[in-house]
Amino acid sequence: MTRLEKNDRLVRLGLLMIALSAISVLAIITLFIFEQGTPIMFRYGFKSFLLGQDWYPSEKSFGLLPMIVGSLMVTFGALIIGVPLGLASAIFLTEFSHRRLTRILKPVIELLAGIPSVVYGFIGLMFLVPFIRDNFGGPGLSVLAASLILGIMILPTVISIAIDSIRAVPDSYREGSIALGATRWQTVRMVVLPAARSGIIAGIILGMGRAIGETMAVIMVAGNAADIPGSILAPVRTLTSNIALEMAYASGEHREALFATGVILFIIIMILNTIANVTSTRQRKK
Amino acid sequence: MGGQLKLQPRTEQKVVQVFMYLMTSIAVLVLVFILVVILKNGLPQLNLEFLTKNPADMGREGGILSTIVATIFLTFIALLVATPLGVGTAIYLTEYTVESRITRIIRFGAECLAGIPSIIFGLFGFILFVNKLKFGWSILSGGLTLAFMVLPTIIRTSEEAIKAVPPAYRLVSFSLGSTRWQTVTRVVLPSAIPGIVTGVILSIGRSIGETAAVIFTAGSALRMPTSLFSSSRTMSVHFYILAKEGVSMPKAYGTAAVLVISILVINIVTYYLMEKYIKRKS
Repeated sequence: MTRLEKNDRLVRLGLLMIALSAISVLAIITLFIFEQGTPIMFRYGFKSFLLGQDWYPSEKSFGLLPMIVGSLMVTFGALIIGVPLGLASAIFLTEFSHRRLTRILKPVIELLAGIPSVVYGFIGLMFLVPFIRDNFGGPGLSVLAASLILGIMILPTVISIAIDSIRAVPDSYREGSIALGATRWQTVRMVVLPAARSGIIAGIILGMGRAIGETMAVIMVAGNAADIPGSILAPVRTLTSNIALEMAYASGEHREALFATGVILFIIIMILNTIANVTSTRQRKK
Repeated sequence: MGGQLKLQPRTEQKVVQVFMYLMTSIAVLVLVFILVVILKNGLPQLNLEFLTKNPADMGREGGILSTIVATIFLTFIALLVATPLGVGTAIYLTEYTVESRITRIIRFGAECLAGIPSIIFGLFGFILFVNKLKFGWSILSGGLTLAFMVLPTIIRTSEEAIKAVPPAYRLVSFSLGSTRWQTVTRVVLPSAIPGIVTGVILSIGRSIGETAAVIFTAGSALRMPTSLFSSSRTMSVHFYILAKEGVSMPKAYGTAAVLVISILVINIVTYYLMEKYIKRKS
């Protein structure tokens, strides 16, 4: 073996070590979050965490049910708002609009994906919250406000992934359908959308992950009361805001309970990621 | 949809088209509205003093200089750590191996990492860097946490950039007797650089805008950072505190404007580079 070949082997090994960094980081994060968060769950029992309705850390009462329900409610709300808007925009931009309009609007939408979440939260606080308070009643800081802001925040994700998967449908499918006398919309509904389905679903799931993991924007508009909301106009606290609101001053078991909140959030996100990963691989294979 | 309505296909198409047009307008208008509000209220706050003076009286007075400096330091550390790791991973995945179980695991790891919420990174950074490694709330803890957060972005964009280098370049290099490493460093990387830079710039944008992961790792002390170990408040954390605690709305708008303008500039540059170097080739 020449010296160069030997060097090349070393390089390959070094690069493999580096390449394992991403997966090691994931492993370390998992390890630390679970190490900090699970002991207290075992001590108090999973049931008291998952189904307990009272969150009074000072009295050792760590029920996370209100936050779990809260996270699910605002995420569901975000999907109700973000998915129809996002899908319709994606279909419009790929199948109906002028190419020039799409060339302008797609980058605009993608640029807006970069706006920091605090800014979304701030706009919600300044405009949406007073609007809800004055027109629908309640404190304004509510499930509705959080859902609307999250729905807007996931738009860029849903739109750009949906556009990519609609574009990936071969033109011959469309031509075949049009040649059979279908209108453009019939083609979209019966041919294009079914073919792009798994990519679109992956996009929606990623948007869902973004909504459930969002912290700063939600804290600013959700009101953060640790009770199961009675209506969409009532304030709500999510898993993420529970951590962010109390982490600064929590210690001892209280801090452990916040890590337990992190564990639950982490598990939900990993499930969503895995589903998204499997669905999008399925489309790629097709 | 419309199954029971029994519309003529052509009428149905018209109705749907109008509906989609409306939905798209709503989506775009809402997003543009946010931008306009921030710029309209924030731009009047911006002047030389705002950018060159430190915050005074909890941010009610003065400018945001120390938060700009903190943001730059944090971002710099994040990229210093994440770029070699990310680019190295991309080189391994594209040049040094074929699709196998290992590459699938690495890619899955990167994808999962990309989906983890920033608050979890914040918790993790707090425990590992702030507590266990005793870096305290500091530029270093914040920067390392951000490095882990942007790693998947750098991996993905570098991978795309390297894949976009035409295979012929490599063949020519090999036929001249170069080793793989020589080919990578002298042929592949130079032509992939613009694409790699794109990923780095994209990560700068993400680091600047991040709040949840930074507030628990870099802290929120409102003073000029003097070393790697000083606790300091970044622009986005400053903006969050100003707005959430109602310290000063004019200053909050001003800070938001600086944030949004820097991120937009960064994203526009990235978009331009992407169009020019990645999409065109592939």
